[in-house]
Amino acid sequence: MSRKAFLSANEAAAHGVRLAKPEIVSAYPITPQTTLVEKIADFIADGESDIDYIMVESEHSAMAAAFGASLMGARTFTASSSQGLLYMAEMLHYASGTRVPIVMVDANRATAAPWNIYGDQRDTMSQRDAGWIMLFAESGQEALDMILQAYKIAEDPEIMTPVMVNLDGFTLTHTYDVVEIPDQEEVDAFLPPYKTDYKLDPEHPLTMAATTGPDFHTENRAQQQLAMEAAKAKIQEVSDEFAKMFGRDYHGLVEEYRCDDAEVALVATGSSAGTTRIIVDELREEGKKVGMIKIRSFRPFPKEYFHSVIDKFKAVGVIDRSISFGAEGTIFQEVKGAMYGSDAKLGNYIVGLGGRDVSRALIKEMFDKLFNMVNGGEEEEVQFLGLRW
Amino acid sequence: MAINLKTVDDKELLYGTKICQGCGAGMAARMALKVLGEKTVLCTPACCFAATTTVFPQSSIFVNNAISAFPGLAATASGMTHAMKALGWDDDYTMLAIAGDGGTIDIGLQGLSGAAERNDDLIYICYDNEAYMNTGVQRSGSTPFDAWTTTTPTGPCSKGEKNKFRKSLFEIMSAHRIPYVATASVAYPQDYMAKVAKAKEIKGCRVIHVSAPCPTGWGYDTAKTVELAKMAVESGLWYLAENEGGEMKLTYKPKELKDPADYLKMQKRFKHLTEEDIQEIREIRDAEWERLKKVLSFE
Repeated sequence: MSRKAFLSANEAAAHGVRLAKPEIVSAYPITPQTTLVEKIADFIADGESDIDYIMVESEHSAMAAAFGASLMGARTFTASSSQGLLYMAEMLHYASGTRVPIVMVDANRATAAPWNIYGDQRDTMSQRDAGWIMLFAESGQEALDMILQAYKIAEDPEIMTPVMVNLDGFTLTHTYDVVEIPDQEEVDAFLPPYKTDYKLDPEHPLTMAATTGPDFHTENRAQQQLAMEAAKAKIQEVSDEFAKMFGRDYHGLVEEYRCDDAEVALVATGSSAGTTRIIVDELREEGKKVGMIKIRSFRPFPKEYFHSVIDKFKAVGVIDRSISFGAEGTIFQEVKGAMYGSDAKLGNYIVGLGGRDVSRALIKEMFDKLFNMVNGGEEEEVQFLGLRW
Repeated sequence: MAINLKTVDDKELLYGTKICQGCGAGMAARMALKVLGEKTVLCTPACCFAATTTVFPQSSIFVNNAISAFPGLAATASGMTHAMKALGWDDDYTMLAIAGDGGTIDIGLQGLSGAAERNDDLIYICYDNEAYMNTGVQRSGSTPFDAWTTTTPTGPCSKGEKNKFRKSLFEIMSAHRIPYVATASVAYPQDYMAKVAKAKEIKGCRVIHVSAPCPTGWGYDTAKTVELAKMAVESGLWYLAENEGGEMKLTYKPKELKDPADYLKMQKRFKHLTEEDIQEIREIRDAEWERLKKVLSFE
């Protein structure tokens, strides 16, 4: 029987890791990821898990050790955040380029300078092109469930691509909620042990992560892209299978919330989706036709979904907790590209940087701006909201 | 059993490489693999050795092998050796990491320190060719005083490398109190292979720092690698030592130190040296040798 517990998203994710039974965890602590790896250490100390936790001296080594263990065919996990993610960036590419199915959590946090330990998505978005599948969870429950789904996606023979599960720093990682913890037997039925032929093998020695010159490098990259494209169906399939077994349906790459007859919609990720959900309900009470599009998978990007809704809404806004300076919010760029040809008004709202609250008032303001455009008003396409000056 | 010409394994686990003629690194890896045998898992960073042995779709390495990033070698090897145990590989497999001096004592040092602190079960061999050779002979923390490299070029305002002392990996690793640390030279294969064999029988983190001349980077006749490596040891510019469980000792003591001048004059990287410069190197050598007598307790 599953049981319920009052957990932070970090703790919930740690339960997900315990239940996924990786052989190897290697991690280096960084706020706000720390309580996740501390919880894993607790499980080991309490005899609830026999994970081999390698205490490395840096994030670069955390990912390097996970990479090495994964080459041997071990299920592996690591977690980091912000500066730590940047420090391990080199190894992120080694992992994805070698197609080893590591699963990691990134506790999304601002990047220095200015030094700031609080939540935003500039860390993970700076690694957008590292070749990892990037998923975003909205709650502690989804964090736990997403870890289990992540392994099943990453280790699929057609995918073999590492997965980064993103949890908004503090807003999720340190916020407590009731979480249902599945039984080990249920999880084992959903996620069997990792078996692969793609590993170093005592019986058949081989070389992995070999150098490739101009004659083979492009083929390697094309295969990574094929795997990412294939991951779209796999993420949906795993989400559906999870829903059947555990009764929680996360709708694959994208979840539409009250979008059926919506005139305007806001695109959200992570914890912002939770707040947006509440505001959508409130505005619906007032008779306003609003909805939310929650992106769960940023890589692969649900391009097909956004293309399919180019005629559906009168206005679409995108909440970004990151910005690509000199361009636009990171998610907005992609939504805009995927909605090419749409007559819908588009708006990009940069909020929640360095831990600033993405408040209900801000979400309401976004909907107001979208309705203003629908009613013929002018709005700057990209706006920082809630600025002091 | 002592390793010599009669007892050394004739099986080659490294052949068909693209290494330069006279490459000391290739010699060091070949000899190590002969001792460690087929039950070896190898990992190297993107160094000379990897670039000349492991270019898809070819590989000249006949054991399990992977390439990792420069700062990530030791940690990658740690992950591999931990996974080997978790997945139940036979106990007699050896995890072997091989990297150059740059990949070890410069960019790789932090990760190696971590692996040593954890005493992870692996052998780490640093082949020291005294500069970043794969990228085209730039200086490293192991480049000797006055040596020309492409980043310590000689000219009216430069005599080459400025540091008088190379980083001592032997002492750095000894300070980590790992079970086995050694220095060696490709010119003393029996001494080197005996150290690899000894390391093989020990569990935990073992580090061997082997002098491996590079004809391309140092500028000498490719037939002279062994002769030159030997002259370095005979003139006290390199030393053969080991630290087994805290007991440090010299494993080969030249009867009398030879003049470094002959060694220096064989190499283009030192061709700019004057007699005064060579005298300075003699004095540095003498002082270092006196220091080593204390560290390694010999007379």
